Amino acid sequence: MRKQGFSALSLIWRGLSQHQSWQQQWRKPEPKKRYDAVIVGGGGHGLGAAYYLASEHGLSNIAVLEKGWIGGGNTGRNTTIIRSNYLFNESAALYDHSVKLWENLSQVLNYNVMFSQRGVMMLAHTVHDIQVIKRHVHANRCNGVDNEWLEPEQAKAFCPPLNLSRDIRYPVLGAALQRRGGTARHDAVAWGYARAADALGVDIIENCEVTGIRRGPSGAVEGVETTRGYIQSAKVGVSAAGHTSVVMRMTGVEVPLESFPLQALVSEPVKPIFPCVVMSNTIHAYISQSDKGELVIGAGTDAYNSYTQRGALHINMHTLDAICELFPEFRRLRMLRNWGGIVDVTPDRSPIIAKTKVPGLYVNCGWGTGGFKATPGSAHLFAFTIARDEPHPINAPFTIERFHDGDLIDEAAAAAVAH
Amino acid sequence: MLLIPCPYCGERPEVEFTHGGEAHLTRPSPPAEVDADTWTKFLYMRNNAKGVYAERWRHARGCGKFFNALRDTTTDHFIAVYKSGEARPQ
Repeated sequence: MRKQGFSALSLIWRGLSQHQSWQQQWRKPEPKKRYDAVIVGGGGHGLGAAYYLASEHGLSNIAVLEKGWIGGGNTGRNTTIIRSNYLFNESAALYDHSVKLWENLSQVLNYNVMFSQRGVMMLAHTVHDIQVIKRHVHANRCNGVDNEWLEPEQAKAFCPPLNLSRDIRYPVLGAALQRRGGTARHDAVAWGYARAADALGVDIIENCEVTGIRRGPSGAVEGVETTRGYIQSAKVGVSAAGHTSVVMRMTGVEVPLESFPLQALVSEPVKPIFPCVVMSNTIHAYISQSDKGELVIGAGTDAYNSYTQRGALHINMHTLDAICELFPEFRRLRMLRNWGGIVDVTPDRSPIIAKTKVPGLYVNCGWGTGGFKATPGSAHLFAFTIARDEPHPINAPFTIERFHDGDLIDEAAAAAVAH
Repeated sequence: MLLIPCPYCGERPEVEFTHGGEAHLTRPSPPAEVDADTWTKFLYMRNNAKGVYAERWRHARGCGKFFNALRDTTTDHFIAVYKSGEARPQ
């Protein structure tokens, strides 16, 4: 199906007819009886995987099954931060692969995902922080990932609202800055991938929950039972975020995941005041300003497992305490709304993008509190793994078996969200 | 914030408690004879139930005791609390 392209000219032209002549961005097809590959989960990672399967691996008979609606899960619930300053070689390669794809994503999809490399700054508040952050800076630079150490005055110059007072409980002693980091419009990422995948013939089936995974006598996957009937497929890729455990239980494959609520909140919109992304692991706050003007603030995970998509207020209050100390000018801002998403956390805080012991079953999960930044890279590598039935060298270390063999990729310090 | 019914102190706010993860996990023994599969299950695999889930809590800023609870993870309502060492209620 040929899509209307987006350009400045087309916006002006269709503006003349009150923007009434745009076609639907993706079809609402009825599920077919048989597909070559089925992706379970229509978030950014799942839609992206379908898009790359179609665009790079020549598969055209693909379905994405989404139990809710596109953009209604974690893709629309995160704080949109993008960075790749992870400590270990495996993670640096994985997340930087993603940043490189982000850099051209709007052009590739012909959809403005509003990727803005405004810089991500991580603050140090203690001597220990300085040592850990400098270690990250050096490790990143060895891996070809840009990151630099800033003294407090340099941090203030980069982010003028920052409070450098020495009398606050955790004064700012310095910061690491990844200039290639930034933000993107999260909904646009889901919509852009959905539109581009649909144009390549991918069926995006919303309100279709997977209720079972059927396997043949050899043990290989044969298809999925859904609320909209049985769908035959020899390849099933599970990309179901917080519900991955629920889906994987249907196959008998154990995954080392626990699902927690992770909350975020936004303020009332104000004029541009905040030029970058600031994160602090120690006092747990992260903040940026959206193009609409809202301050987007990320809180921590709740202590307990849950699937409720809501969390406790004291978690948000803890973050706001930190924000108000770092940026006292925000004390009188009102918070507009808050929400929660359910994130699937692995014991080592690194994801799993892998084949499973069941032939034809693939899983992309465990992104925990930091999956949005990885959307293009994760989708790209998952598509490779499904199409070739073997992992790409970048995602080869991110197996389920690493928990058996002890090859953990322990990124708890880089994950930045208090667990 | 959850109101958690401590079996020793009654209902208290969540901030008084720390979460102790999934309940009824038994450390395999003797360690030298345990194979890698069993260790993997004990250390890393969790049931992560959607629905009724047995978990440990510790009333850390109260009586200090550990106890177990059954909670529905789709609503966060507590179904039962019981003392450590007791069997999971049906």
